[in-house]
Amino acid sequence: MDTVTILLSSFVLSITGLFIFIWSLRKRLFDTSSAAATLIFSPGEIGRGEEPSATPAQLAGLAKRVPSDTHATLTAEQEAELARELALRTDADKSTAFVSFVFLSCAVVWLIVGSLAGLTSSIKLHEPDWLVSQAWLTFGRLRTIHLNIVAYGWAPMSAFGIAMWMLPRLLKTPLIGARFAVLGCMLWNAGLIAGVGCIAAGINDGMEWLEIPWQVDILLIVGGSMIGLPLVYTLQARKVDHLYVSVWYMGAALFWFPILFLIANLPAVHFGVEQATMNWWFGHNVLGLFYTPMALASVYYFLPKIIGRPVQSYNLSLLGFWTLAFFYGQVGGHHLVGGPVPAWLITLSIVQSVMMVVPVLSFSVNQHLTMRGYFSKLLYSPTLRFIVLGGMMYTASSLQGSIEALRSVSTVAHFTHFTVAHAHLGLYGFFTMVMFGAIYFVMPRVMAWEWPYPSLIAAHFWLVVLGFSIYFIGLSIGGWLQGLLMLDATKPFMESVKVTMPYLQSRSVGGAIMTLGHLVFAGHFAAMVLRHGPLRTGAALLHTPAASPLTKLAGT
Amino acid sequence: MHDELKLLSGAMVTLALATAGLVVLPFIQLKAVPPPPGLKAYTSAQLRGREVYIKNGCIYCHSQQPRDKAQAPDDTRGWGRASVAADYFYDKPHLLGTMRTGPDLFNIGARQPSADWHLGHLYQPRAYTPGSIMPSYPYLFEAKEKADPGDRVVTLPPGFKPVGKIVVATQEVLDLVTYLQGLDHTYPVLEAVEPKKK
Repeated sequence: MDTVTILLSSFVLSITGLFIFIWSLRKRLFDTSSAAATLIFSPGEIGRGEEPSATPAQLAGLAKRVPSDTHATLTAEQEAELARELALRTDADKSTAFVSFVFLSCAVVWLIVGSLAGLTSSIKLHEPDWLVSQAWLTFGRLRTIHLNIVAYGWAPMSAFGIAMWMLPRLLKTPLIGARFAVLGCMLWNAGLIAGVGCIAAGINDGMEWLEIPWQVDILLIVGGSMIGLPLVYTLQARKVDHLYVSVWYMGAALFWFPILFLIANLPAVHFGVEQATMNWWFGHNVLGLFYTPMALASVYYFLPKIIGRPVQSYNLSLLGFWTLAFFYGQVGGHHLVGGPVPAWLITLSIVQSVMMVVPVLSFSVNQHLTMRGYFSKLLYSPTLRFIVLGGMMYTASSLQGSIEALRSVSTVAHFTHFTVAHAHLGLYGFFTMVMFGAIYFVMPRVMAWEWPYPSLIAAHFWLVVLGFSIYFIGLSIGGWLQGLLMLDATKPFMESVKVTMPYLQSRSVGGAIMTLGHLVFAGHFAAMVLRHGPLRTGAALLHTPAASPLTKLAGT
Repeated sequence: MHDELKLLSGAMVTLALATAGLVVLPFIQLKAVPPPPGLKAYTSAQLRGREVYIKNGCIYCHSQQPRDKAQAPDDTRGWGRASVAADYFYDKPHLLGTMRTGPDLFNIGARQPSADWHLGHLYQPRAYTPGSIMPSYPYLFEAKEKADPGDRVVTLPPGFKPVGKIVVATQEVLDLVTYLQGLDHTYPVLEAVEPKKK
């Protein structure tokens, strides 16, 4: 088959398909006042932000009107109507409280274990004779344990927990089939524990991101399918005509991931270099077609919700969705620039990596325009800080990724710690930050209890921002220098190792500060679950503690 | 159901395109590529050693894919010619790697044929390469009072032996070294299967 034909036809097909979809979705592109954007608000609610994690003082700050806020004052009748709508939303929240609680608790546990494994691995890179007498503690296994715990523990558990909670609100109906999701969650976690145990014991499939033996993966696949059932049931029972953009992102991601995972784990199909291209098709798509859309769905819901203003351009958000769907899937080959793979494949992936600028800019412009005039709300909302910063990191990491895929840049950055820093910018700076924000928003609704120590939220924020800045900046510089020295034939290879030492040490410092931030977060989470802390009366709550998930669990 | 159908069909089409490009087409294109005449199949000891390589995560610091001269000086470093798809005929799973915290190993067998060097280096990398950040692997060795018959005693540079003991290699590390010694792709190949178009 002629490769130029393949390349061209794939590209033309992508572009054509893209335009057909956009055309079929919306004939009036870039319309600023799309009704669909207001779906997440009840009539009269625009202008009133929701921020369950704020203290009464912060709520008062949030309620201050900004100059660009044009909402009208409601009559008593409209107020009553709004109250009825909010009561319905409370019902939706109640239906998800227990299932979200289960997922988010698992996520927090995996976050802590994953951070500790990551930190230990990081220290091992500059202290190579530390903890070497046990096989399971060797760098090659512990680093892999870190990756798998974060990739299959923290990230999906938090994403599922948030998705389960958002869906009923977006579809205006209680969650149906939550019990399947809880059972699926148990299977998934059992699979992950078994998988991590296998890696520690030295049983693994030998491919990055796909180390968990395929036999164990069956548990994750069955569990994941059960987690998807409530989505299908709830979608069928929805009471809204139009699906809000967050549902698009989540719905697609929840179907994409199992297919990716299934194809990648097919035993005895893949071989040699084809397996390598498949490996990076999977590795990159987990990020692009699962974590990214899940986090974007959260941003598209929580950001407008907190500031009480619909997204600026709903159509821009749909353009972002479809361009992401088309371009992101094909970028994985850029991990193999210079490798023994067909040249057309590398070219295809580089082209699509650069095309990723389209969805990224459409998101960034939209976020910025939505926030314009409302940036002062960042002062008062702990949740918003995480989410807006996360959104900015999405822009940063994706643009960096597009540039990094270029052949000349990849020649330096490939095979170095620069790539590791980039991966963390996406999965941590973007995804994890958004999830932190979302969890701070959701948990008071889930537990019907306020965050007991609001100052810990600020501590968590500043610790992870500081720690991650040190981590990212240091490792990027170190990785780049490493790449330059590796390309310099006059320097021995060891020079490229030695140059990274101070940066590897700074990474451990940054990682330790991040881990400390996570411990603060986990401690605060536990305190909230155990109903510790001063009982605050300035209720930011929609429903009363009587309907808490724990009492429901115990009672019925 | 209008929206859901559009959403799902669209999502599946995009994923199918990506899968066609990155999985199915390479599968079709590379399925029929024969092994180069100079490439030998792995022996069973080498395959066992390959498993040791996999289970200890060597891949996370070592690549097995030298780049072309035009792109990087991999050849000058002694890592060998640019690899081609056919070189990986017997590789299941592939071990191309994405990091070079340590050097590329695709031709380590040709570069470093000595079993003594490999064993000593795995026991304590810093005994051979000062400043190396490779972990030491004491759990692949046994420290003993004296060697039993059949034991492979590891010769170490002075100062790196445990006091009053000798170091004996386990079967695992012997297999690993056999695998590393076999990593030799210095045989000639025809230029890449895929004609490079500029």
